[in-house]
Amino acid sequence: MTQQQSLWQFMVSQHEKLFVQIGQHLGLTFLSLLLAIIVGIPLGVLISRRRKLAASVLGTAGILQTVPSIALLGFMIPLFGIGATPAIIALLIYALLPIIRNTYTGITGVDPVVIEAATALGMNKMQRLFKVEFPLAMPVIIAGIRTAAVINVGVATLASFVAAGGLGEFIFGGISLNNTNMILAGAIPAALLAVLLDLIIGYLQNSTLKTLKKVLYIIFGIVIMTGLYFMFSAKAERKIIAGFTPEFMGRQDGDLGLRSVYGLKLNPLVVSDAIMYEAAYQGKLDLISGYSTDGRIKAFDLVVLEDDQTIFPPYYAAPIIKTQTLKKFPGLEETLNLLAGKINDSIMTDLNYKTELLKQTPEKVAKDFLVSSNLYKKANQGNGETIRIGSKIFGEQYILAEMYKMIIEGNTNYKVETKTGLGGTKICFDALMNDGIDFYPEYTGTGLLVLLKPSEQKIKEVSKDSKKTYDFVQKEFQKQYQLQWLKPIGFNNAYALMMRIKQAKELHINTISQLSDYCAKK
Amino acid sequence: MISIKGVSKSFGSNKAVDSISFEANDKEILVLLGTSGCGKTTTLKMINRLIEPDNGNIFIDSKNIRDQKPEELRKSIGFVMQHAGLFPHYTVAQNIAIVPNLLNWDKQKTWKRTLELLEKLHLTEDLLKVFPHELSGGQQQRIGIARALIADTPVLLMDEPFGALDTITKSAIHNEFKNLDELKNKTTILVTDDVVEAFELGHRICLMDKGQIVQIGSPAEILYHPANSFVKDFFAGNRLMLEYKIASVKSMESFLSKPLSIKAQEQLTKDANVWETLQIFSAENTFNEDYEQLLQAFNHYRKLQTV
Repeated sequence: MTQQQSLWQFMVSQHEKLFVQIGQHLGLTFLSLLLAIIVGIPLGVLISRRRKLAASVLGTAGILQTVPSIALLGFMIPLFGIGATPAIIALLIYALLPIIRNTYTGITGVDPVVIEAATALGMNKMQRLFKVEFPLAMPVIIAGIRTAAVINVGVATLASFVAAGGLGEFIFGGISLNNTNMILAGAIPAALLAVLLDLIIGYLQNSTLKTLKKVLYIIFGIVIMTGLYFMFSAKAERKIIAGFTPEFMGRQDGDLGLRSVYGLKLNPLVVSDAIMYEAAYQGKLDLISGYSTDGRIKAFDLVVLEDDQTIFPPYYAAPIIKTQTLKKFPGLEETLNLLAGKINDSIMTDLNYKTELLKQTPEKVAKDFLVSSNLYKKANQGNGETIRIGSKIFGEQYILAEMYKMIIEGNTNYKVETKTGLGGTKICFDALMNDGIDFYPEYTGTGLLVLLKPSEQKIKEVSKDSKKTYDFVQKEFQKQYQLQWLKPIGFNNAYALMMRIKQAKELHINTISQLSDYCAKK
Repeated sequence: MISIKGVSKSFGSNKAVDSISFEANDKEILVLLGTSGCGKTTTLKMINRLIEPDNGNIFIDSKNIRDQKPEELRKSIGFVMQHAGLFPHYTVAQNIAIVPNLLNWDKQKTWKRTLELLEKLHLTEDLLKVFPHELSGGQQQRIGIARALIADTPVLLMDEPFGALDTITKSAIHNEFKNLDELKNKTTILVTDDVVEAFELGHRICLMDKGQIVQIGSPAEILYHPANSFVKDFFAGNRLMLEYKIASVKSMESFLSKPLSIKAQEQLTKDANVWETLQIFSAENTFNEDYEQLLQAFNHYRKLQTV
């Protein structure tokens, strides 16, 4: 029961954000739906007239439909930047297939006897279309719109990756922050919206056989919802356009700390880390929340602002593993520690650069590094038990997972299975606790702030110093979860604010305090 | 008047209609009769340009139909389909009013005309609000006829209009249809594969086979003076009944040895035929003498026809 109450409390305390997100979510869904109707119905009519085109048009829409939504959003960035535009276009593409297909099916399914009667009575093509074919095909067409609407409510949660807002901000923020209430505050309204839309359109579908007018009401409703979106997304002009990840938005060592320690109130956009570096490079964003070892800092001419009041705690990476797992696999601890202290910040940045910008595979990058540092041994093809390595969904973790795999296979008889690309801290950690994976590389700062969540006092005390942080998480994880932090790998992948070098120079900003002063000026 | 001049139509390598010519006169019902695939429906649909002929010309009141826009032409031609072809999403009233709405009639005029037709077709006003799927087959067909008649076009085309009905409903509708005053001022062309229907409704019959016209003429001409053995064989199965049906009781008067009894005459309608009259007489013993009389008269009459 306490869970439910605190969810309610969370929703009450965040109700303003929640309403804005719901408004944005509906706006994105409806605007894309409206565009999909405007494009899809005429296309459906066209291919019902020229049947030869049908296969290619439906095929193309079908292929677009199968592109994973994240990938599709990724393709949109270079073309349309960030914000509502790429999100709406991606949603439009998803909505097209059901609308085109149902229009086509509906119109070709009209009884040819009725069409012949309409022709014989002297109706021209347009009269036939609007007085006979559309009304008779309408239930099928509306069924298509219904499918598209429900798909779009779901896919619109991903719009938060490109700074278009919507309930995805809560959902993905919650996953990153290990905050179940936040996830539910986004997921429950999204599910309710989908159900509600399905019911409303279903009702219209069943009662629409007799009149076209109701469709006009639907379109009218969509236009209102669209207006709603722009009302909610109308935002003030900003001096500095900041784009932060959903995770960064909710953290004390993130946007919250920037506000309380530096007094920096930026009203940032929420955006996926997969695209924010490029968006900063293209000038769509001025300030982003990145990681200090990211390979893209180098590639996109960005500069890290100095954290002169140290709100970002140290993020030393080290494998975390259950104590009992270490007992189960003798020799594993020594093997994993082979990598300890071997990779410093600049090596990690370079390795990241190789995968992210030179597009080398994590496997090759990992092998090259191990070979050059004499850690590589040929795999033993062992037949021991299987060790499962997890990783989060970003490049650095893929590389680390590959390195551990090669080291284990080279030095022991264990078999290795990698489970890479787990969606976030919460997913990785839950997998570890539930024995879905045996270990994964975690960061001391994440362990402290996201998983342990001690008092603010305690955080201030331990986060100024990397050794203290490591010792604290080591001790607490042992106590609370029976988990071991093995020796740190060496690099510190802390949060960092970064800007384009050129802009930072023009504005004479080197530290976060200077940025805060600049933003405070009128 | 409709003139068909040297019209042909092929579908692929199949010649559906092979250079046919005929005329349908004002105020007559011309029946296109034949088995399925003989080209009768194709011929009919070429008249309102649902199908465009490959060769030849069609004239309505000496105007070539090619010179008009198809939509305009069709609005001036009533069309009745085999399965009524009513719009399932329209009420009966809306279905009947389709053509008036295309012609921009005012609502009052459409309403008045609708009620007039309902009465003539023995339909009740409460049907107007109903949707087609709630009607019986016979009712649907009557609504289809009302829809074709409402604009009072000079030409009426009917494509197997009663083909989907059961025998009893069919003969009831035939009787009503024959007596419709609405048909008196138009040229009607009716397509059917039902020999009895052709003889009951047609003023003239055009018998078709393999895309060509075999014989065209009045029922009596076709029956008593068949052009060839195909025609003769075509009617062989129903011949006797047809002969009775095309002979009116009136035309028997001069062959009667003495007038029919007063009571019997009271049973007769104005243009009753010998078939239905014999049916009535054979049902009651009191008419036995009249039955014999009429049969004898018909035998005399028949001798003269076959000469």
